[in-house]
Amino acid sequence: MNLLGKLDWSAIPLDQPIIMGASGGMVLVIVAILSWVTLKGYVPYLWREWITSVDHKRIGIMYIILALIMLLRGFADAIMMRAQQAVAAGGAQGYLPPEHFDQIFSAHGTIMIFFMAMPFVIGMMNFVVPLQLGVRDMAFPTLNSVALGLTASGILLTNISLAVGEFSKAGWVAYPPLSELQYSPGVGVDYYLWALQISGVGTLMTGINFVATVLKTRAPGMSYMRMPVFCWTSLAANLLIVAAFPVLTATLAMLLLDRYLGFHFFTIDGQGNAMMYVNLFWVWGHPEVYILVLPAFGIFSEVVSTFSGKPLFGYRSMVAATMAICVLSFIVWLHHFFTMGASANVNGFFGVMTMIIAVPTGVKVFNWLFTMYGGRIRFTVPVLWSIGFMVTFVIGGMTGVLMAVPPADFQLHNSLFLIAHFHNVIIGGTVFGLMAGYNYWFPKAFGFKLDERWGRISFWCWLIGFYVAFMPLYALGLMGMTRRMQHYDVASWQPWLVAAAVGVVIILAGIVSQVIQLVVSVRDRDRLKVTADPWNGRTLEWATASPPPAWNFAVLPQVRDLDALWNKKQRERTQAQPAQERKFEPIEVPKNSATGFIVAFFSVVAGFAMIWHIWWMAGVGVIGIFLTMLAFAFRDEEEIEIPAEQIARFERANPVEIAV
Amino acid sequence: MNVAVAVDDKVRYEARPSAGEAGPATKRVVVGYGFWVFLLSDIVMFSAIFAAYAVLNHATAGGPSGVQLFNQRSVAIETGCLLASSYTCGLMSLAIGSRRYAATYWAALITFVLGALFLALELREFAGMIAIGAGPQRSAFLSAFFTLVGCHGLHVTAGLVWLVVMMAQVAVKGFRQTVERRLLCFSLFWHALDIVWVWLFTVVYLMGVLS
Repeated sequence: MNLLGKLDWSAIPLDQPIIMGASGGMVLVIVAILSWVTLKGYVPYLWREWITSVDHKRIGIMYIILALIMLLRGFADAIMMRAQQAVAAGGAQGYLPPEHFDQIFSAHGTIMIFFMAMPFVIGMMNFVVPLQLGVRDMAFPTLNSVALGLTASGILLTNISLAVGEFSKAGWVAYPPLSELQYSPGVGVDYYLWALQISGVGTLMTGINFVATVLKTRAPGMSYMRMPVFCWTSLAANLLIVAAFPVLTATLAMLLLDRYLGFHFFTIDGQGNAMMYVNLFWVWGHPEVYILVLPAFGIFSEVVSTFSGKPLFGYRSMVAATMAICVLSFIVWLHHFFTMGASANVNGFFGVMTMIIAVPTGVKVFNWLFTMYGGRIRFTVPVLWSIGFMVTFVIGGMTGVLMAVPPADFQLHNSLFLIAHFHNVIIGGTVFGLMAGYNYWFPKAFGFKLDERWGRISFWCWLIGFYVAFMPLYALGLMGMTRRMQHYDVASWQPWLVAAAVGVVIILAGIVSQVIQLVVSVRDRDRLKVTADPWNGRTLEWATASPPPAWNFAVLPQVRDLDALWNKKQRERTQAQPAQERKFEPIEVPKNSATGFIVAFFSVVAGFAMIWHIWWMAGVGVIGIFLTMLAFAFRDEEEIEIPAEQIARFERANPVEIAV
Repeated sequence: MNVAVAVDDKVRYEARPSAGEAGPATKRVVVGYGFWVFLLSDIVMFSAIFAAYAVLNHATAGGPSGVQLFNQRSVAIETGCLLASSYTCGLMSLAIGSRRYAATYWAALITFVLGALFLALELREFAGMIAIGAGPQRSAFLSAFFTLVGCHGLHVTAGLVWLVVMMAQVAVKGFRQTVERRLLCFSLFWHALDIVWVWLFTVVYLMGVLS
């Protein structure tokens, strides 16, 4: 019996200088950071305050840190692809061999969707939603920490694939039969599958947690129609997670069974049905794009309304549009593969549904525009991102409607037009939204604003870079260039691809500016220091200190209307309230738990073992997870009490102008 | 005096908010609700596998079909075991409600035995099919069959492990609130497995023999 399964020294690609350079650099950076942390003696602090924390704010911030790191990794892949296609014209082969190029585009898609956009969105919701709801934590704090751990495990496995073995070469969607054992005998697809299975379980936990949180734990008085729009869109996104992610889990499990146990779900022999994978994948995949973009819509709603100094135009229609998208997103999946050869009626139905889903989205755009109309707009960085979004997203949406016409799609399917379209909506929608949210809520998380000047520079670089990088791809798509080409013969494509590469460099400048913005802001944090409500906000997260204490609110706010904080401020302005000494009561907060970290550790062990067929080690991982959960189930203390004096001391030190 | 009464009445009126405005729900409600949401997600996962089974139902690749393989008698006994175990699980919930340890243990034991019997019969069916060369590698139909039925079986197995852990918790910790909430979730889980089985029984075994 081979103790290490398929793993041996040949798994490490010592002959590939690019891969070894990248992974060597990665290992060096990790070792450097770990040793710096250890030498400075930060380990106990990190363990106590962050790794074992079940505080939703800490967990949210950790999600976002993971997402930002993976943004760099996924963007590095993007630069390599653009550089390759800029040079590999005519007879030239570029600098990336096909098998490496295939891994890069697969990793780019997988990382950007699952390990950049998802953790960023989930982190944003984690930090903001309980604060906006006016409560002290999520419904299930420890589950939240476990979910973070599982996401991190998926990310770690994906990054291990860089140095040990290979990553999938079957694209981020891993369609069979290419992803079956017969055509992908290596461990690449297994890395992909196990990383997504593990992080997918974490995402499902997050979804359940948020649905229970939003529906069952809101501040007194906060009826559904008094919830901030971001809470609504988060609710919709998490309902989609609960309804869609199990399908992904089932689908990937079927592919795993095909690969590991010789099942015939999607194989060519045994009467398997590869198109069933494509259908099931997009039954998850289409809701997924709304999981990513709906929270971004919520962020824009908050930003636009706050900085226009007006209540959101058409709040009820915004809620209705959100929930309409939530439902409709489940009946459009087939537009991802009109070319499958379904009948004209089937294609026609899904084409029409796809056009219909543009209607509630259009409602939203008009609501934002009318919110700004007649407002006193403050052109802060979040507002810039929002306006950039509105222009860019409408273009992306319209190219989407164009492709919803089945005959047109037969021409555009799998062309660079499609690539341009979905980058147009995902970058223009989700990423711009996340950047707006990052700039908007950063002062709440850390107590100081981000530098405005570098924020503007980064926005303009991103916006211009985006157009320069992706508009040429529309043209190339119409000229007939398909996606995922390692090299091409048509010389007339090259100028467009060079332009796209220039665009990516401009986006790089935007990312560098964001790094500078962060560094400059941390350096100048005393100058940028803020109190509870730096933006003259409308919702409850601005009613507590920045950064908020572990218990969020010393006294749960009493909500009387929509825009609870804003209306409270208006009331207090007209009728002066007598200052009164507030009485505080002790608060119970959930106790820290290492469960999330240990479960994550054992899932990496189990996942890595399964990828390399090291069966005993997989057993160790699974038993480890079980015992950890058992230990958690048998713990005695679940909450710790924060004494009233401590709360009173904090409230005196961090006075909030308006106590709700 | 009158003024004070009026204010008091007003406060009392305002203190009676609708369910949506009542503030955070109790821990028991939140846990039960969250677990319901989990069960829904689990049912979504099953429905994806059901869909796969429906698609591959006739993809026998020249191998045996359901009519040739399914043993109605064995499946009927399995169904009986599982439904009876749901009943005893209900009895367990009643015993927990009235804080009776012995009755709880007995009901749990019978539930466990019935569940284990179900599992044993299912494994016997699997082993018999594999023995005659009708394993999951034979055809897409059999892949889907083993996955669908096996996934339910794995859930039952997880339920049995969970039940053992819960009885250990009752023994060590008694009927404290956390334990009681988990027992509530367990019984929801166990009943949900019954619902899935009713579907599975209908779609796989009854309709499978019809065609």
